[in-house]
Amino acid sequence: MSGFAQNTFNGLVSGAFYALLALGLAVIFGMLRVVNFAHGAFYMLGAFGAYVLLSEAGVPFWAALVIMPVGLGLLGMALERAVIHRLTKLDPLYNFLLTFGLTLILQDLVKLRYGVQSSPYETPSLLSGSVDFGLFDFPTYRVFILGFAVLLCVAVWWVLTRTRIGMVVRAATERPDLTRAFGIDVGRWVTPVFGFGIGLAGLAGVLAAPMRAVNPLMGADLIIVVFAVVVIGGLGSIFGSVAAGFGIGLVQAWGEAYLSNFPLVSQTIVFVVMAGVLLWRPAGLFGREEAPA
Amino acid sequence: MTNTVDTPTDASRSTPPSGLIAVARAPGWVRYALLAVGLAVAAWLPNGLYPAVAVDILCWALFAVAVDLLLGFTGLMSFGHAAFWGTSAYVTGLVAIHAGLPFPLAVLAGALAAAVLAVPIGYLAVKRTGIYFAMVTLAFAQMVYYVANEWRSVTQGENGLQGVPRELFGVDLTDDYFFYYAILPIVLLGLAAAWRIVHSPFGRVLVGIRDNPARARALGYPVHRYKLTAFVLSGFIAGLGGGLFAVGHRFVSLDVLHWTTSGKAVIVVVLGGIGTLWGGVLGAALVVRLEDWLSFSGFEAIGLVTGGIFVLVVVLFRRGIWGSVAALAHRLAARRR
Repeated sequence: MSGFAQNTFNGLVSGAFYALLALGLAVIFGMLRVVNFAHGAFYMLGAFGAYVLLSEAGVPFWAALVIMPVGLGLLGMALERAVIHRLTKLDPLYNFLLTFGLTLILQDLVKLRYGVQSSPYETPSLLSGSVDFGLFDFPTYRVFILGFAVLLCVAVWWVLTRTRIGMVVRAATERPDLTRAFGIDVGRWVTPVFGFGIGLAGLAGVLAAPMRAVNPLMGADLIIVVFAVVVIGGLGSIFGSVAAGFGIGLVQAWGEAYLSNFPLVSQTIVFVVMAGVLLWRPAGLFGREEAPA
Repeated sequence: MTNTVDTPTDASRSTPPSGLIAVARAPGWVRYALLAVGLAVAAWLPNGLYPAVAVDILCWALFAVAVDLLLGFTGLMSFGHAAFWGTSAYVTGLVAIHAGLPFPLAVLAGALAAAVLAVPIGYLAVKRTGIYFAMVTLAFAQMVYYVANEWRSVTQGENGLQGVPRELFGVDLTDDYFFYYAILPIVLLGLAAAWRIVHSPFGRVLVGIRDNPARARALGYPVHRYKLTAFVLSGFIAGLGGGLFAVGHRFVSLDVLHWTTSGKAVIVVVLGGIGTLWGGVLGAALVVRLEDWLSFSGFEAIGLVTGGIFVLVVVLFRRGIWGSVAALAHRLAARRR
């Protein structure tokens, strides 16, 4: 029983990373119709930035948790203004290719400067140790990540459903032309929303630094899994992306624990689930039906 | 028709999807002249370049044409074609090592394996279109990568398959120069097959599906089945390239299945010109040559350059080389009329 709780907890923690990345992808996709391949690279930059700030300038984790998302968010906004927005009127495939190219560039820039070996990042002292939940105890840091991620998702959900900005973003996501016809300047929100999505990826990166190996390639493999996650959840649906993120984290952790004789299972299970979803509900679990093609 | 998930905005509906360029119709004598020039260059290539680089160019040309068959002529961007290129490379290598067959047969076995793998992946992927198709193919290719990585008893994991023989009825093909001429007929056959597919009634239906899937459906064409057939054919041609690549390098590493390989294949096509078929061959030649030059001059961050090419091509040069030249020729011809 305690083993099950342990696995479930670990699944939710890794699911939190999927959820944060999928959330950013979904918000950006909704507003710009851009599938941002570089999302994984920004996650990596978040983790690497935290590492560099600590080791070269002595900036603590808590400061990095603010500096990196804001800094990367601004970088993302600059990027959106500079190149991405030139291509948003074209087929989304072009921006996918563009951000793929950016991923290669960002990865190699970091590799060139810091090499490919993983760097350790110490858990902040406030969050070291573990929390006792009676029957089991969990590392404090992981409890913090889970709580923080859930809080963030709820906050984003609140902003999207309960504020005027959220209303505009949702309306623009679903019916951009109609929203414009109501006299709302949709274009004004595009850049901030892109920056926000990138900021979320950077934040996930900083959170990952103390518990995952910090290296230039950490984002690339992750982002492909996140793509599968958003296909499962339905990229058009923000709730679906987050739910699928946590769900896949859970399924992976259980697969790893109870099918440990087959190491392949935990790595490939997300793709098997994706195959099943494509068979059963091609638009994703929470996505809208596509027109027949 | 209801508002779709996959179609970006209503504005982009009225323009042709993906901004794809139709094949420019040049007069007959121009096309024969181009064909003659192309064949002459192919025959001369290993005299002007390192033969090993020339071999790589041939393999990548097949890969690019396979990707363009989907991207340019069916309107599907596969971002997971490394799965077919790489699977064929491994199967070819294993068959050549263990069965000792002549290499063309081993390559054929590899390409068939790639085509077989393309059936389930294609069946699932064609349920989505546009950007989702790219994400789904990318994800399945990553799955194939993980399987190859874990299945060490067969693939040797990170060590790779070593010592793939270049067996051909006892003919000595250790010199890349002669090996180039040994594979040239196979590559030309593959390219001719792609050309034949595009210019067949089947290919015209594919273009019709690309431009207006709803109309193709209304006319009674089973759209999914057409797309799947194109996907499998494309997987086979990519497999031909991958198998030859394995024999050419006498070595297969996990790189052949990596997502960067899939991405490189797409950018080679975009650089050459989407929907131009031969543009991909040009793109392959340029990118392979450039990467060889970079690694020869000791430049480590090749991704920086390929990534830079990606960004520049997509932002400034979406028509690609062949597309730009064709558009120019078209304009000149129109002015003369």
